[in-house]
Amino acid sequence: MAGTRGARYSAAGWLARLLGRLTTARRKYGAEWWILIAGAVVILFTIYMAAFPQTLAPYDPLDQETGPQLAPPSSAHPMGTDNLSRDVLSRMIHGSRTILGVAFAAAILSSVIGIPLGLLSGFLGGAVDRVLSLIMDSIYAFPGLILAIAFAAMLGPGVVNITLSVAVIYIPTYFRLVRGQTLSIKQELYVEAARAIGARQRTILGRYIFPNVIATVVVIFSLNIADAIMTEAALSYIGLGLPAGIPDWGMDLSMGKKFLPSGVWWMITFPGAMISVLALGFTMLGEGLSEILNPRLLEK
Amino acid sequence: MKNLLRYALTRILLTIPMLWILLTLVFVVLRIMPGDPVSAMLGGHAPERVIQQKKEELGLNRPLLVQYFDYLGELARLDLGNSMIFNQKVSQPLLEKLPATLELTLVGMGFTMLIGIPLGAYAASRRRTGRDFGIRLFGNVAYCIPVFWMGLMLQLFFGIWLDLLPIAGRTGPRVYVADFQKTGFYLLDTLLAGQWASFADVALHLLLPSLTLGIVLSGIFIRLTRANMLDTLKADYVLAARARGIPERRVVYGHALKNAFIPVLTMLGLQFAALLAGAILTETTFSWPGMGRLLVERIYLRDYPTIQGVIVVFAFFVSVISLAVDLIYAAIDPRVRY
Repeated sequence: MAGTRGARYSAAGWLARLLGRLTTARRKYGAEWWILIAGAVVILFTIYMAAFPQTLAPYDPLDQETGPQLAPPSSAHPMGTDNLSRDVLSRMIHGSRTILGVAFAAAILSSVIGIPLGLLSGFLGGAVDRVLSLIMDSIYAFPGLILAIAFAAMLGPGVVNITLSVAVIYIPTYFRLVRGQTLSIKQELYVEAARAIGARQRTILGRYIFPNVIATVVVIFSLNIADAIMTEAALSYIGLGLPAGIPDWGMDLSMGKKFLPSGVWWMITFPGAMISVLALGFTMLGEGLSEILNPRLLEK
Repeated sequence: MKNLLRYALTRILLTIPMLWILLTLVFVVLRIMPGDPVSAMLGGHAPERVIQQKKEELGLNRPLLVQYFDYLGELARLDLGNSMIFNQKVSQPLLEKLPATLELTLVGMGFTMLIGIPLGAYAASRRRTGRDFGIRLFGNVAYCIPVFWMGLMLQLFFGIWLDLLPIAGRTGPRVYVADFQKTGFYLLDTLLAGQWASFADVALHLLLPSLTLGIVLSGIFIRLTRANMLDTLKADYVLAARARGIPERRVVYGHALKNAFIPVLTMLGLQFAALLAGAILTETTFSWPGMGRLLVERIYLRDYPTIQGVIVVFAFFVSVISLAVDLIYAAIDPRVRY
């Protein structure tokens, strides 16, 4: 029990240190601070859209009688209507729920698998480490999207299946990062001191190594969600993602592609811009965090 | 030299387990995971007897381990099996489509380097100025734009609004592929046949898709080149070069950039995988008859042997490229040895 309580205290302490660093950071880093804030604003707004789409969307995203077909943007339909007379703006607002949910869930799932494996692999070393590293390196080298396509093609469409397909390809990202960090932290003097006073392996791993590793994971997590957003969008753009009836940006984009030759620009411009801005938001948050939390990078 | 040889041999031997793991992964994903190719192919209402018969025919009723060793054996003989839908060997469409994808990928990679490396070097030489910030912003934004959306927007702009460039396919209606086709690399084929009009047509068709790939991936190269240049610009030999009065332009683009190039080369190898993935999406967007479109088409048709074949070829390419990059790296930089 003592071990878990200690871990909680150190996690709270870590969070406090993070917040402290962020508040002092505003004075120290001009541009980086604003990048971080811009990213956070985009993300928070999208989370609001995903949580309460009804408060923002003028129409039901599936309503096929909102107005004329393929109407260009107007005051009644700020982003126009699609080929089934659905309101594009409402579809964008409701679609945020799908992409954000899938990307979040996938990133959490792959970190929950990748981080412990990386910790163990780096801490234990030996044959376990060599085998795990070889497997993870092989998956890492392979184009992630193609792997995700193969998974999605076998599992079939569905929100859970697409989340699994996206999650699989990011496990090696967390594994490699955490393993590398663990290897270097294992050499630190305080770990040796803990070992010398007779701390158990579990305590060393949980209270000495894990809290120090997790700081770098935060940055990667944010960048990883940005990547997962684009993978989700790619899968549903190809037509592998979701059953019809769930509004989704990638799917709307592939629908808009059919009407591109007739000059229907609003059906591709808006879904694509939404995907890009959301991915950019998470990238900016990650960049800002990494510059502020890791001042050594700033020397460059 | 002896060291280099030993490194090369070790590295080549290490490629084998990597390839084996990838091939095993493909097998696990396509054969062991839920989803039954035969009932999917025959539709939901096929009688059980027909399904069993078809399974027997395709050897899917045998124990998984037997199937696995058969699969590895066939691959070792470079046999990818037969399509489940069409009466053809899997290798036949693959060989037809591979040059199209490679042509797109190589030209795309050319654009990536042409955009990314000079911009990255320039940003580093103007560190913490407005231009540096602008270039970094461009890089980050380019990285966050899905490659298929970039493609669609370029199509809309150059293909529909300006009506300057073709937006689909590899050739226009007045070009007869049979007249020049030899290697499948149309740029090369038209040149060899001396058909200038066709060459121009092929090049125009290639322009938008490869530019799409090039712009999106240039972001990574801008960032990497910039970071490496910042390191090399701090090195003593740069200071020495400046002290000798060598023009700043030559110091930056001659002395420093050359030394910043090695990590960029490694990145190029790593990014080849990303380029292949990007090529799939670009091919779908531009109706480019390559491997990516083949993969997506066959997924709709549920032609599992062909899907497997495409992925195996990708795995093979990724392993070979990463091997090649490591070997070149070792040849350039004598510090890299086992």
